[in-house]
Amino acid sequence: MARTTAIAMRTTAWSCLFVFLAAPVFSQESHIGNLTGEATRGKKLYQRFCIGCHGEQGDGRGENAVYVDPRPRDFTAGTFKCRSTPSGAIPLDADLFNTIGRGLYSTAMPPWLPLTRQQRVDLVAYVKSFSSRFREEKPGPPMEVPPETPASEDSIDRGRELYQATIKCALCHGKEGRGDGPSAPTLTDSKGMPIQPYDFTAASRFKCGQSNEDLYRVLMTGLDGSPMASFSTSLKPEQAWDVVHYVRTFQPDTHAKVLNFHAKRHTEANKESGQLGFGSPK
Amino acid sequence: MKFCSLWIGKRSIFRFGAATVLFFQVYLAFAALNQPAYAIPAFARKYNLPCSACHEAWPKLNNFGQVFRDNGYQLDNGKDSPIWQSPTYWPVTFRITPQWHRNSSSNQKVDSIPGNATSPPIEKTITSHGFDLSGVDIWTAGTLYKNISFSVLPSSDSSGSFHFENAWVRFDNLLGSRWANVKFGKFELDNMISEKRFLFLSADGGVYQLYHFLPTRETTFVSGGANPLNPGFGLGDNQFGVELAGHSPNSYTRYSLALLSSNDGNVSVPNSSYDGFASVSHAFEINGLGLERIGAYAYFGERPTNFNTAGGTPITGAGSNNKSFYRAGLNSVLYAGPLDFSLLYLHGWENAFLGTGTPGSVALPTGANAPTWNGGFVETHYTYNPKLIFVQRNEFIRMSRQALASDPSDLGNLDAYSFGARWYPFMFSRAGLAWHSEYAIVKSAKTSQVSGRDVWSSSVLFGLDFAF
Repeated sequence: MARTTAIAMRTTAWSCLFVFLAAPVFSQESHIGNLTGEATRGKKLYQRFCIGCHGEQGDGRGENAVYVDPRPRDFTAGTFKCRSTPSGAIPLDADLFNTIGRGLYSTAMPPWLPLTRQQRVDLVAYVKSFSSRFREEKPGPPMEVPPETPASEDSIDRGRELYQATIKCALCHGKEGRGDGPSAPTLTDSKGMPIQPYDFTAASRFKCGQSNEDLYRVLMTGLDGSPMASFSTSLKPEQAWDVVHYVRTFQPDTHAKVLNFHAKRHTEANKESGQLGFGSPK
Repeated sequence: MKFCSLWIGKRSIFRFGAATVLFFQVYLAFAALNQPAYAIPAFARKYNLPCSACHEAWPKLNNFGQVFRDNGYQLDNGKDSPIWQSPTYWPVTFRITPQWHRNSSSNQKVDSIPGNATSPPIEKTITSHGFDLSGVDIWTAGTLYKNISFSVLPSSDSSGSFHFENAWVRFDNLLGSRWANVKFGKFELDNMISEKRFLFLSADGGVYQLYHFLPTRETTFVSGGANPLNPGFGLGDNQFGVELAGHSPNSYTRYSLALLSSNDGNVSVPNSSYDGFASVSHAFEINGLGLERIGAYAYFGERPTNFNTAGGTPITGAGSNNKSFYRAGLNSVLYAGPLDFSLLYLHGWENAFLGTGTPGSVALPTGANAPTWNGGFVETHYTYNPKLIFVQRNEFIRMSRQALASDPSDLGNLDAYSFGARWYPFMFSRAGLAWHSEYAIVKSAKTSQVSGRDVWSSSVLFGLDFAF
């Protein structure tokens, strides 16, 4: 009898341990529209597509990580740059879904639009499984983007004043938006790695999207894990639009043409692949 | 398809091959369980992505790889320019396969007295086996400039004799549209089911029979008959020409139109005539299954049936009396979770002169017809994980009209079956390695040269297929 009990207890203990260990993976889900992502499926995709940079443990220590600048995201921290949620909050499923599909321009992270919607939703579920934050916290309400104010000369002038003097974007991004402000060499990310402010003049699109709305959202939510803070408490919506309009002037005409091209391409891409509008709560 | 008879007819060979392959597959299946995948061949080295990002199992592309290829080898992440690469980046891939193989063909024509060419021919099964090498590919490709991509692939046979498998430049996204891309040079036709990137290597399984099939009398005509410089035709062969191609952002919708020299990709055989190729495909998602792609293709061409001669020797490229042919069909690649199915249907037609091997300068023999045939295959892949894939293929060709009315109706009919597995023990350290195991068997009806009996061929291959 005692032996039977011991076996039963041992079996129960092993079962509990198994459930405990398996729970983070098997229970994690994501939801985009009518699609439900499952971490178990996402794990296989992750091993196929993502593991080289983000690592088997999701800690950003894949075999290629040391060759990649900026370094791959550490999913275990649950901190993500491109969000529609308030600074410090975890992102919506849609935020992660969009980041996977769009990629992060000027980094090693390519657009994964060729994956099916279901595959991307499954990947979102698995990425979430790396951090306990997704089990313990709620993402918070997505930030609403108010209607854009007219991109007039006055708006650009006001934006210049804000950028150069009031909120001092120039300290990091430089007076001409080249990412060469006086503070630039001193900046580090949340992992203590050197990080370069974005050079607005060099790229045809931004990391978190290419539209003015995307730029507005970055300004107001910040880029968690980087020195780019949220200005939601220090800027009124119309002021944020002024900054957006001014930042756009850093892009030379040639880049603007490219920008339009890319915007058009990505609009097509979004239409075909079901990419959501950024931060869409769907 | 009558594979039951195929099994019975080759039972001993099948048992040997099947038992051996099964042993390795079971062994490999256990060895590969739940291991993560890493791979960095040439492009992977450039972009720091695992091989498995672009390949279902290299060299077979997945849709991400297809989009990358369609974009002119650009990921569109702002890092496509070569200036982003580390000075140590090595943009060349080598691929070769040291192997052991066994090939056997029944009813082969041999002299009844070895060494005596005048002795009456008899038929015999010829079998050979041993360790060997494949040819080697030395491939470089990438971008010359933004939206200008290229590929150069010198390739040798196992003796080291080189040719250019491909060499082209492509102008991508013309007028800012991904629907307009122009490629110039020698390149692979836009076959949805690529013979260049499939997962079979053996002598009998390493080709799609349908892509290269010619009616029996024409094969004699091309290789040793009155018109030996006729280059023949293979849908799977890389061709010289210019291609206009386009695709949607996800490459879900794709098209290709190509104008090609009628020389089947052979250098210095211009033939002064042109062929045309067109293909179109569309993919859609089915939740729970994956991406499903369907398409259609057609190739229209002509080949010379006469050549001007000098001293009785045909002058290269001086063909005349061109006669036409075409291939057309439907294809699809269908996913069902870890399984995917490549399906192809092909209809072939040859002008009666080509089909009967008759020079255009003389009259057709009595009872001559334009031969036609139909064929298809189902190729199945089971991707257990990015490091282990099982493959099999059933293929058949049925003549629907013979070149000569007097020929048996099934002359040249063909059945083929292949299966195997590829295990990638690691995809690491900027190279790829696969343990390849394969068995293939082909039956060609009534094509033996002496008695007109069926010819059976089979291949077993084990090899280490590696790329750096």
